[in-house]
Amino acid sequence: MKKIFFILILIFISTKLVAEANTKDKILKNLRCLVCQGQTISDSNSDFANIIRSVVDDKIQEGLTEKEIYKFLSEKYGDWILFNPPLKNNSYILWFLPYLLFVLGGAILYLMIKKTLIEKK
Amino acid sequence: MLSNLGIISSSTSLLISLFLIYLSFVELKISGNQIPKKIYKFSLAQLIFSSLSFLILLIGYVFSDFSMINVYENSHTTKPLFYKISGTWGNHEGSLLLWINILVIFSFLFLILNKNKNKNFKIFTLIFQNLLISIFFIFLLTNSNPFSPVFPVPDEGLGLNPILQDPALAIHPPLLYVGFVGSSIYFSAALAALISKVEAKSLATTLKPWISISWFFQTTGILAGSIWAYYELGWGGYWFWDPVENSSLMPWFLMTALLHSVLVLERRMGLYSWVIILSILTFTMSVVGTFLVRSGILNSVHTFANDPSRGLFILTFLVLMVFSSIFIFFKYTPSEKKNYRIFSKEFFILINNWFMTFFLAVVLIGTLYPVFLDTLIGEKISVGPPYYNFVLAPFLIPLLFLMTSGPKHKWVSSETKKFFDIILFLSSLLFLIIFFVIKENNLLINLILLFSIYLIIQTIFDFYENLKNRNINLSRIISHFGFGLLIFFISINHIFSVESNFNVRVGEKKDIKNYVIKFKNLETSSGNNYKSVVGYFEILNKKKLTKENLKPEIRVYNHPKTITYEASINSNLFSDTYLTMSNISNSDIFNIKFQKKPFMNFIWFSVLLVSLGGIINFFNRKKQI
Amino acid sequence: MKKINLIIIFIFLIFIFTTLYLSLDNRKIYNTEDIVGQKIDEVELTLFNNNKTFNTKEISNYKFTLINFWASWCGPCRKEHKNLIKLSKNKNLKIIGVNFKDNKTQAKEFLKEMGDPFFILIKDPKGKQSVNFGVYGIPETILVNENLEILKKYIGPLGLKDVNEIRKIIKK
Repeated sequence: MKKIFFILILIFISTKLVAEANTKDKILKNLRCLVCQGQTISDSNSDFANIIRSVVDDKIQEGLTEKEIYKFLSEKYGDWILFNPPLKNNSYILWFLPYLLFVLGGAILYLMIKKTLIEKK
Repeated sequence: MLSNLGIISSSTSLLISLFLIYLSFVELKISGNQIPKKIYKFSLAQLIFSSLSFLILLIGYVFSDFSMINVYENSHTTKPLFYKISGTWGNHEGSLLLWINILVIFSFLFLILNKNKNKNFKIFTLIFQNLLISIFFIFLLTNSNPFSPVFPVPDEGLGLNPILQDPALAIHPPLLYVGFVGSSIYFSAALAALISKVEAKSLATTLKPWISISWFFQTTGILAGSIWAYYELGWGGYWFWDPVENSSLMPWFLMTALLHSVLVLERRMGLYSWVIILSILTFTMSVVGTFLVRSGILNSVHTFANDPSRGLFILTFLVLMVFSSIFIFFKYTPSEKKNYRIFSKEFFILINNWFMTFFLAVVLIGTLYPVFLDTLIGEKISVGPPYYNFVLAPFLIPLLFLMTSGPKHKWVSSETKKFFDIILFLSSLLFLIIFFVIKENNLLINLILLFSIYLIIQTIFDFYENLKNRNINLSRIISHFGFGLLIFFISINHIFSVESNFNVRVGEKKDIKNYVIKFKNLETSSGNNYKSVVGYFEILNKKKLTKENLKPEIRVYNHPKTITYEASINSNLFSDTYLTMSNISNSDIFNIKFQKKPFMNFIWFSVLLVSLGGIINFFNRKKQI
Repeated sequence: MKKINLIIIFIFLIFIFTTLYLSLDNRKIYNTEDIVGQKIDEVELTLFNNNKTFNTKEISNYKFTLINFWASWCGPCRKEHKNLIKLSKNKNLKIIGVNFKDNKTQAKEFLKEMGDPFFILIKDPKGKQSVNFGVYGIPETILVNENLEILKKYIGPLGLKDVNEIRKIIKK
């Protein structure tokens, strides 16, 4: 039991500590090219992507943080431009449902095992 | 003429399928254990006619017979022969015909190869499988007919999208179809097993080879798709969590859970319901994936052209299939004694199923959420790689740990094995060495590295131990070894990938980290069906003092009129150098994307190792473990 | 126990399938037309004819302003231009033009040939300024009031219906 607990703690801590080296690339990979079919601004060769790359460059020079750049762009273009959906009213289910299901699955499993253990006795 | 032949051939196969269903129902009432020769003969005829249909379409493509609208829309006389052939299944209607052929082939093979003594079981499997075949044939002939004629016959076709003209993309659909369309046979067999009360071990022995084969092809099919994306799409990545990619991954999770469960079922009774449910779910998820990809409700670089009527047909079929399966399951499921002992093999397989179902749920939620949100509330959001990576990556740690320690437990025993053993010690040591070399400070990635090393070392030890005891469970060892390597190399690749996006003119050069990139010159060139502008670049590695040359292209195709950006890739053993270029309109400036991607070949190789386990399992059928 | 499971599964599945069915009809292509109600940013734009600046703050001096993004190389911009001329006759409305990624000479020729409805002409040769307005293609047109609030967004060329709609709004 202890080792499972230990591992679980490690998992939750590690999800908090995701650091990234190159911010500009990270941002460009997180933005959707609005005029392409499912490409990021980082990957796309369209004019729109070129312009946005330029704008992100400028904003970084101006000192905006990553979050502020996302806010700026999503205000203008909608949340659809962000590949990492921000945690808002319309995305709580998206972000929390998986963990809920995981716990639910674990609970069902536990109940199944417990039942047979009792039967055995 | 070909058009008519194709329609006749398909219709004949459809009629035979319906007749087979009728014959089967008749046969159910007859006692005895022999399936009459009539059924074999008609099954063979069904196979012949459906193969003939496919062949006819293929001939249409090879000889550019534009009297069929499908060939007209998707082919062109100047296309290279290889791509004329693969163009047959590179479109919705043609690939649907391939779908049906796989259904028929598996139906026939199951009939003649399966050695199960229960006649009703085989008959019911035939019935369910042929229901699937018939419905898909009806769909093909009424809604998505590749043989539809067009008059007057055009001189020339519209051509196939050039990014689909790639060898990996050519084999990717056939591989995947043998995978998830092949899962139809154990879907049918599972329902049949419920009704005809096949007992556990018999079912496991029957299903295992089919599950192994479809799992192998699904794994290699996904690999082919990733390789295509990497070499052809020009962004340097191999997995984007794109909805179409996800549609191939979701059945894979279920197949993996099913494969593990059926291995247990061979020895113990406990997972009977799991095997049935997973068999039903795998094919169901395949149909869900087909629906998502062909209905047009998802936005992706891979989708086929949109047509909501297709979506409606597939959705209706899906609903009928799901509700029928549920009905049959709840009516016929046996009440079984479940005796799961904690820390037994079954226990760990159940844990594995829990994880696989969880991964499936995450991918399904991520894929469907934007659709649901937009439909129900009218708001549009995107769910991309950051979401999947964030939610899934941490769970790799317990998964890797369980893959390592799970198999160590014996079948019946409920003792807990020692946690701290020499293997963990060795792995930690190796990890620490690597840690001090790479100096990565992200805790999550380090943990993933640690546990993947643990899995790798453990499987190597298992291999030697098994050799000693002459007790080879090679398939598990190779697959788990491959999986450990895969996670390890994906992590290393992620840490050490270099990417740089910059603007440059001919003759200029740019310094990026340890590299100097020189834009030497620009030339025009042409190929079979395109004209191109080629950029010649020299990359100097300042540390190793090596030079390499790369020549990315901008290609203009005429049929259809498209521009593609061809990446220039030097695939070396330990690292790939990747260069793409595009030009900024109304200027002589080019936008260059330079990438260094380490261990790509090791990533592909790892997936091959994983799939190898499946094939070994298939050939190991006779052995008693 | 089993019955309840069945019912829960049924309800869940019906929900999923109904939503999927509804989504088949609802395949709107992405556009930003619904991003209204926000205020436009206060940015410094560059005038076309000289290099003086124009701050969007000054839009608060006018009751209604139409900001039109166009270029001489854009076909649909040609189509909608006469509608802009029509609207420019309206005393309640001031039209600001933003020349997007264009060649100066060609832009001037375009206006000479088709007429100039623009009260103020801005140049945006790199297309970066237009990002402040959420523009992702041209032609696009935004209707703002004196509080800098976006009242309407038009993606694509302005048609007669749009012209009438604008006229109705600016009458108030």
